[in-house]
Amino acid sequence: MKVLVAMSGGVDSAVAAALLVERGHDVVGVTLKQWETEDGRMPTTGCCTVSDANDARRVAAQLDIPYYVLDYVAEFTAAVVDRFAAEYMAGRTPNPCIECNRRVRFRALLQRATQLGCDHLATGHHARVERRNGRYRLLRGADRRKDQSYVLHMLTQPDLARVVLPIGHLTKARVREEATRLGLNVAGKPDSQDICFVEGDYRDFIRTHEPAASRPGRIVDLAGVEVGRHAGTVDYTIGQRKGLGIAAGEPRYVVDIQPATSTVVIGRRDDTLVEGCVVEQLSWTDRPHHGQVDVQVRYRSPPVTARIDGTTVRFADPVSGVAPGQSAVFYSGDEVLGGGVIAGVLR
Amino acid sequence: MLYLDHAATTPLRPEARAAMAPYLAGDFGNPSGLHAISRHARNALEGARDEVAELIGAARSSEIVFTGGGTEADNLAVLGRALRTRGSVVTTAVEHEAVLAAAQYAARIGCDVHIAEVDEQGRVDPASVAAQCGPDTAIVSVMAANNETGVRQPVPDVVAALRSLDFSAPVHTDAVQAVISEPLDVAALGADLVSIAAHKFGGPKGVGALYIRDGIELDPVVHGGGQELGRRSGTHNVAGIVGMAAALRATVAGRAGFCESVAFERDTFEATLAAAIPDVEFTAEPGIRLVQHSHFRVPGIDAETLLIRLDAAGIAASAGSACHSGAMEISHVLAAMGRTPQEAREAVRVTFGWTTVPGDGKRAADELAAIVESLR
Repeated sequence: MKVLVAMSGGVDSAVAAALLVERGHDVVGVTLKQWETEDGRMPTTGCCTVSDANDARRVAAQLDIPYYVLDYVAEFTAAVVDRFAAEYMAGRTPNPCIECNRRVRFRALLQRATQLGCDHLATGHHARVERRNGRYRLLRGADRRKDQSYVLHMLTQPDLARVVLPIGHLTKARVREEATRLGLNVAGKPDSQDICFVEGDYRDFIRTHEPAASRPGRIVDLAGVEVGRHAGTVDYTIGQRKGLGIAAGEPRYVVDIQPATSTVVIGRRDDTLVEGCVVEQLSWTDRPHHGQVDVQVRYRSPPVTARIDGTTVRFADPVSGVAPGQSAVFYSGDEVLGGGVIAGVLR
Repeated sequence: MLYLDHAATTPLRPEARAAMAPYLAGDFGNPSGLHAISRHARNALEGARDEVAELIGAARSSEIVFTGGGTEADNLAVLGRALRTRGSVVTTAVEHEAVLAAAQYAARIGCDVHIAEVDEQGRVDPASVAAQCGPDTAIVSVMAANNETGVRQPVPDVVAALRSLDFSAPVHTDAVQAVISEPLDVAALGADLVSIAAHKFGGPKGVGALYIRDGIELDPVVHGGGQELGRRSGTHNVAGIVGMAAALRATVAGRAGFCESVAFERDTFEATLAAAIPDVEFTAEPGIRLVQHSHFRVPGIDAETLLIRLDAAGIAASAGSACHSGAMEISHVLAAMGRTPQEAREAVRVTFGWTTVPGDGKRAADELAAIVESLR
């Protein structure tokens, strides 16, 4: 089969491409240029840099496969970067990787794969796609600490029929061993961590794009009474305990952030707990589900039991740190059932 | 494999390879030494200088400065003049990045920079260039032909317009693309500085030359041992320089026949393409383009997709100038010609060269038409 492989310059996607080549597939490597400096070049620091593209190009040359850098700056800026700041100002905690996957990586790139004559699109995500009885199941990656199924929850049956995740059954350590075995020069390259278009601290990005986020404002309790001042909502995250500068008998936590009015709402530990949430942009990997599921409300949070009724999710036990803008992803064991963006919480 | 990206680089001519061979083997001398081995290298170097000077109509061999390529020649012309006089830099919106980036750097060190606009065909108006000049202008740089579109500029008219206003500023022209198919006679051209790059006309990469008319003073941009009369330091790339001279001789000798056969392939390519894809849009009139250049867009189809499909079919073409990261960037040339970003994203460059054989134009057009049909 002919496969388009999205190569970031990292070890996971390099090994993904190499394994496909080893299995005899016709492989084409691409790197998405998603972000550029003011003079139109690829950035030299952070993620998605010139040197990342050069690393990917080197791997492609080693594997003797065609390799291209594709320009997705316009799509990425509109769908991900601009939304990131706007969503933040709307009081949400956006997950740009999910928006990128939803709108750029797995939509624009699948379309591009067709145009380039590729039946399949492969990535180096730590997750698995399994075919059973003519249906496709999206499963957690074999390496639980690296599992990325959360950010792929928006994939649907037509997508999953074309998506190949060649390293999902490997642990990260095994991926690095494979890279060494294959002689790939990225074998020892460190994992990327940050939001790819944000150089350094994401707060600096928001400060630059939304000056209102660094306006001083009020810190209030749940009754709306001012209990302190802050130098900008951008310094706070939901569930945060430290650094509030509030002297109170028992610990206080951030329970809500309202950037539009520069207000930070704090409360007791119990006040951070929510009973459930309402999701939007809900999608299912296969059939819609109702009733009991496991739900994960952040990329790295442990799954908790919940019941789904339409777009309403009710947790079996109250959960803290549920932030609008993050995604609620539904699982049954290892299988991703679907998910959506948290629009609001139920207290 | 059908190579139609000759404006990016072209294969080494056998004449160049043969001329270079001795200097990649036994004749290894550094021309700057005093002993026999150095003298041998010196003779080769100065022989190449005489040859290049003669081939472009320079009055003296000392007017030729060897550089590390076309970009360095452009930098030496623009920055060398800006550094010397600190006067203004006047250029056009469609220059190669080597000139535009050098001009931007001149601005950073305090020089005024003026950029003349072009019309929708990419041509600059000589009067508008002259209008940007003043008595203190350090350099005027107008390319002989554009590297993306192949559109030729009226360099002699620019010189005439300048002189009619009594501006004495030296005029530089980047002739890197033009020298492939246009006669280059610095006297007829009237330019005071001219850049060429060996690998565009069948010489090796990493070597070029700047013609500097006798009496034009500039500061070096590469400092060191004072080679090239202090204008470009660094041990000479003897093999490369000898190869460039041989390639230039072959280019000049074969130019008439080259132009005839390449023009036929280019015109066949465009006619075949226009017949198969009625809405194909050529960027400029063929008459004002270099004979080896075709530049067009297929509305609604990104060049990126088209080029990757062509690559898979064994045809090498490009989207204008290649850049550092390999990703395509919106062309400043097309933007200056008033094209929208989407139109610029669709622009494809096909350039024929000395290895082009009869039938290449038709074959490329047929393949391209088939790809376009499958994408629509």
